[in-house]
Amino acid sequence: MAQHLFEARLRQVSGKAIIDLQGEINAFADANLSEAFTQAEDTDCPDILLNFSDVSYINSTGIALIVGLLARARKNNRRLLVCGLSDHFTEIFEITRLTDYMAIYPGEPEALAAV
Amino acid sequence: MNSFFNRAWKSLTSRPEPSAGEPAPPVAQEVQPVKALEFDIAPNDPLLAYFLSTPGLVEIDKLQMDSPALQALRLAQVRVSVPLVSQGELIGLLNLGSRRSEQDYSADDRRLLQTLATQAAPALRVAQLARQQQAEARERERLEQEMRVARIIQQTLLPKELPDLPGWKVAAHWQPARAVSGDFYDFISFPDGKLGLIAGDVTDKGVPAALVMATTRSILRTAAERFSSPGRILAHTNDTLCPDIPPNMFVTCLCIVLDPISGYLRFANAGHNLPSVCKTDDVYELRATGMPLGLMPGMTYEEKDVTLEPGDSLLIYSDGLVEAHNPQQEMFGFPRLRECLPCSPQGGWQGEGTMIEYLLEKMAEFTGPTWEQEDDVTFVTLERQPSQSASHSAEDQADVKGETWQILAEFSLPSEPGNEITAMNLVTEVVRDLISPPVRLERLKTAVAEATMNAMEHGNRYQADLPVELRVLLSPTRLAVRITDHGGANPIPETEAPDLEAKLAGLQSPRGWGLFLIKNMVDEMNIHVSDAGHGSIHHTVELIISLKGDDHGSASV
Repeated sequence: MAQHLFEARLRQVSGKAIIDLQGEINAFADANLSEAFTQAEDTDCPDILLNFSDVSYINSTGIALIVGLLARARKNNRRLLVCGLSDHFTEIFEITRLTDYMAIYPGEPEALAAV
Repeated sequence: MNSFFNRAWKSLTSRPEPSAGEPAPPVAQEVQPVKALEFDIAPNDPLLAYFLSTPGLVEIDKLQMDSPALQALRLAQVRVSVPLVSQGELIGLLNLGSRRSEQDYSADDRRLLQTLATQAAPALRVAQLARQQQAEARERERLEQEMRVARIIQQTLLPKELPDLPGWKVAAHWQPARAVSGDFYDFISFPDGKLGLIAGDVTDKGVPAALVMATTRSILRTAAERFSSPGRILAHTNDTLCPDIPPNMFVTCLCIVLDPISGYLRFANAGHNLPSVCKTDDVYELRATGMPLGLMPGMTYEEKDVTLEPGDSLLIYSDGLVEAHNPQQEMFGFPRLRECLPCSPQGGWQGEGTMIEYLLEKMAEFTGPTWEQEDDVTFVTLERQPSQSASHSAEDQADVKGETWQILAEFSLPSEPGNEITAMNLVTEVVRDLISPPVRLERLKTAVAEATMNAMEHGNRYQADLPVELRVLLSPTRLAVRITDHGGANPIPETEAPDLEAKLAGLQSPRGWGLFLIKNMVDEMNIHVSDAGHGSIHHTVELIISLKGDDHGSASV
């Protein structure tokens, strides 16, 4: 079922916290995503990169989760970055104006190089 | 009649009549204009029986009987009367006063008078009949003129035009047996876009039926302003009609309320002929119980429902068809009617011309050329067209442009978490090769998943037994997906751009992106609400996307 189709794993690369997202970002992704984000906040990294390369689906609830993460990051003075968005997801991020508050990079190398 | 005779033959009287009370003048010195003696003999006057029983000349002076007519004749100084009798009926009198010579009437005189009377009686009779016929013809003409006007007035009470419903064909036929009719039909537009169809038949024919028809129609229309349920419309009409309708009359009436978007209809029936539903592979009657209108107050009317799918049709008809007789005195009857319907095993109407034309043709074949129409004949047909437009919203002009839609696929999914993905994948399978470039397909997928999730969550509240229905339709240039929930009482709100700043500041829930997202993923989004009865509200979200787009990047916001 859908609830098992999401994973979020934290790794650190050269002082940056990277959360690799995999599968479908919907209501069932909430717990895993939130936990990974807490772990990322526990690091001292000022930048947290969400890697969408392996995300197959995101819906409006998933958008709400990202909005929630963005609100937390702003509150805790972290910068939220995004990479690996497909054309369609990029469009969704533009439509929802998330791109106004998050820097979007094509891939992980570009994101790491930029900060 | 007597007076006519007197006028005609006054020149035969030999002296003027005295005015009442004056003594009779002596023998006339000069010829004065003669006034006709006009009087009627009462039917019970013994003189009448005497005249009829005594052919020939009657000497008034010699009669002894208590008769007002005899007195009147004497007062007018009539000496002899010759009854003019034709076919046993007294049609006049030849009245004569005294001869100028004051001699008695001679035998020759009497013979002459008798001959005259014998010849005058039939001639007078013919003249009387001719006059009578002229008067009757004038009266008939006046009545016919009145009936022509009545018919025109009644026709104004019938719908002047047929409802224009995209995806539907409505037809009607009204053929009174006489100038006016007790049959009627009516179409009523409800404010929510539904269509009311009414068919009624007043007992009897002609003017009495037409008067009751006019009253019933008005009451039904008023009831339809207050109620939208067919059962309540009939119950209210019955209660209003009961005190005013003549005791030996009643009205059978069928009331249907159709949602043209979904094809769902509710109906109630006050003893009218059962309408026939013609499905693609079946014909059956719509049954709902209820007493005819006007018999007794306080009646309730059962309501039933059915959904007409594309290609289905409905026939409403009055007694005039099924009770028509052929020269062998056989009745047309219901079995023959069933044979005329599409999908009957005997293969009825197959779509050439209209169903009504076909039925009239079959009726004419059955009754033969010498048939005199026995009762009013009324038909109303409702056909849901096979290629049905997917787009019904008021703001959409697709149907006006003549855009035709074909159904590619239909799915029904239980409201279970995760089924929005199933819906998305099912639709994708159907439309994958139809939409380009690929980013446009991705947009539609997202919109379908969002709309399905809304239907399951907000409409059906994740009750697994309430399905979400999806219908995929294709026109030459566009694709539509219609997603319908079952039982959502909450209206779908207006689509507003979410306030991201407020959400980020924690002033608003981070959620609430669904409709906004959907609207931005497709070229057109329409929402339709339909009342499925039993307090059940269905929401349909219609997503429309062009098959081809030249954009590769972001959708228009």
